[in-house]
Amino acid sequence: MIEPLVRPKRKNPLKRTRQPLHPQSVRSRTAHGLTAAAAQGRFELQKCLECAMIFYPPRDACPRCLSARVPFVPVDNRGTLAVETTIRTSTDPYFRERAPWRVGLTRLDCGPVVLAHLHGDVREGDRVRLDLKLDKGGAPVIIALPEKDTPHMTDDRQLREMTCDPKFRRVLITDGRNAVGQAMARSFSEAGASIVFVGVADAWKPFPGQEALRKIARVEIVPLDLTDTESVAELAEQNGARTDIIVNTAEHVRPGGILQRHGLTVAREEMDIRYFGLMRLAQAFGPVMRSRGADGVNSATAFVNLLSVYALTNWPAYGAYSAAEAACLSAAQCLRAELRPGGVKVLNVFFGPLDTEWFQTVPPPKVTPEALARAVVQALQRGLEEVFVGDVAEEVRARLSVNPKALERELAG
Amino acid sequence: MASDLLRLARRVAEGSIRVVDLTQTLTQEFPIITLPPELGQCAPFRIEEVSRYDERGPAWYWNNITVGEHCGTHFDAPIHWISGKDLPNNSVDTIPPEKFIAPASVIDCSRECAADPDFTLTVPFVKAWEKRHGRIAAGEWVLLRTDWSKKSYADYAGLTEEGAHTPGPEPEVVRWLVEERDVHGFGTETIGTDYGQAQHFNPPYPAHFYMHGKGRYGLQCLTNLDQLPPRGAVIFAAPLKIKQGSGSPLRVLALVEEAPPPRPRRASRGRRSAAGRSR
Repeated sequence: MIEPLVRPKRKNPLKRTRQPLHPQSVRSRTAHGLTAAAAQGRFELQKCLECAMIFYPPRDACPRCLSARVPFVPVDNRGTLAVETTIRTSTDPYFRERAPWRVGLTRLDCGPVVLAHLHGDVREGDRVRLDLKLDKGGAPVIIALPEKDTPHMTDDRQLREMTCDPKFRRVLITDGRNAVGQAMARSFSEAGASIVFVGVADAWKPFPGQEALRKIARVEIVPLDLTDTESVAELAEQNGARTDIIVNTAEHVRPGGILQRHGLTVAREEMDIRYFGLMRLAQAFGPVMRSRGADGVNSATAFVNLLSVYALTNWPAYGAYSAAEAACLSAAQCLRAELRPGGVKVLNVFFGPLDTEWFQTVPPPKVTPEALARAVVQALQRGLEEVFVGDVAEEVRARLSVNPKALERELAG
Repeated sequence: MASDLLRLARRVAEGSIRVVDLTQTLTQEFPIITLPPELGQCAPFRIEEVSRYDERGPAWYWNNITVGEHCGTHFDAPIHWISGKDLPNNSVDTIPPEKFIAPASVIDCSRECAADPDFTLTVPFVKAWEKRHGRIAAGEWVLLRTDWSKKSYADYAGLTEEGAHTPGPEPEVVRWLVEERDVHGFGTETIGTDYGQAQHFNPPYPAHFYMHGKGRYGLQCLTNLDQLPPRGAVIFAAPLKIKQGSGSPLRVLALVEEAPPPRPRRASRGRRSAAGRSR
């Protein structure tokens, strides 16, 4: 059984902060099929469309019949751990400083034998579940987990290298004035974050939920206005070196397309709060987070963007909003590449209309702030890079993969 | 003999005429007018560093700023309100420059406002003030001293679920000041020239409606009004020359007699010899 994680001691200021390292992360183009599945938390391997063979590691052709029709498909992840070993030394600096490190061969029920990292609760001969994860370098790897959940399972040392669990970490929720920010603060507090900093802009303006927000355990209100470069920089000066997870909850939702905007005042606001806000946050907090990716149990680990699923394809009823969200998505991809060397993940959370005031006239299904907050915490606990929350987001994802043009045309009404 | 103008400059330099800065510093944090969120909003003051003796500009420091016309200590031109939209010379770029210098009557209602954030200025209140300080002259600014500028930002904005609770004038007194006293404009320490709940007046926002409707001006977010005498201060308030601008942030200065002017004979000798030395 895994020993439960203990709250990390205060950092010894005389010791050098360990610089982030990551395992070798080069993969073939084909093998990035695993990256896509791992990013979204699916277990997929290649399956030959001709002879139905499931195989691993990734190849460009079926090893049995040489067919090139070998897509990644969801497969049964259950198997038996046939053999295990413990690596005690390595020429790879990442594993060298993390030794001993357990790996083993799992024979999957669906056929292939897979070399995988081992969770602390699995032993040779056990039934196991394999899970695809992204490692510290953002490369897809497989870990063998116990067949059924075990106590304190997520505290496992090797598993935690692949996840962004908020437990004992310090989280910054950037905007606590809105319902999403407040739900997020509750969820992270319940998930065991050691401090939940919650940004509040224009504290002279009262806002609904203010009192309840202050009462959430381990919440600390901090002044933060993402439209003000100086405000973001000042908070980073104070808290940058003790911010392990950022969840950007600043939102700017206004209905209407480009022709309804009547000038650029609102468009500037939405770009300022969303796109430039993301840039300001990333510039102020990104460098120090990237340097703290291996800073112990409470290392810097994730930058979370909440994005409308209409960042992926424009919804003209909220067309200018969709465009600003698309800008944020593109910036998030850039930031992901820039934070990756530090072992800090960028999690993009896509959702359809929220059950909040600005989507009042939109019929259900809608995503409640609470459901969104739960999904964010779960995605971090699993170490995902992309998650789609709610029926609308799921549908947009599914339809984009089939016929994006049809979806664009139908969203136009 | 020195002209009045040079005498003024000399007295400012020697401090017998004091310059009082009535301006709030332009900062990102200072409260700004808040409208329902579906309406257009005035942009708050923001500042982006262009360079600071670094790779973006090795020997110089400068910033780009963005700011709405009605942010911080600012001037309201008649064109700001629909009632003044068709007047001649109603925008900041066309107002004759001599309008930017005018004396002020300062009505102190700080005691009343401390007791009641919903204090509203009335005609009887102003008439009682005139009994003590004399009749307000045509072409004078009327400045409302409330000491509101000394409050915390939350109290300054005074926002509750039913909107702002900050002092201001009743409709009748604004009309009266314009029609019966022919004032130059109206200035306040609060975010706007109007009472916080002035949307419920008839007409709504009377300080805007009547003042701008008759081509008068507004000043708001003033500070240091407690350093002005009830009568006799001269206000310098020149907005930026924005094409068709409805107002602008600006530096507002008041000239105040620090002490009674020195006796003419002794003073003129002193000044002459001082001038001689300086040459």
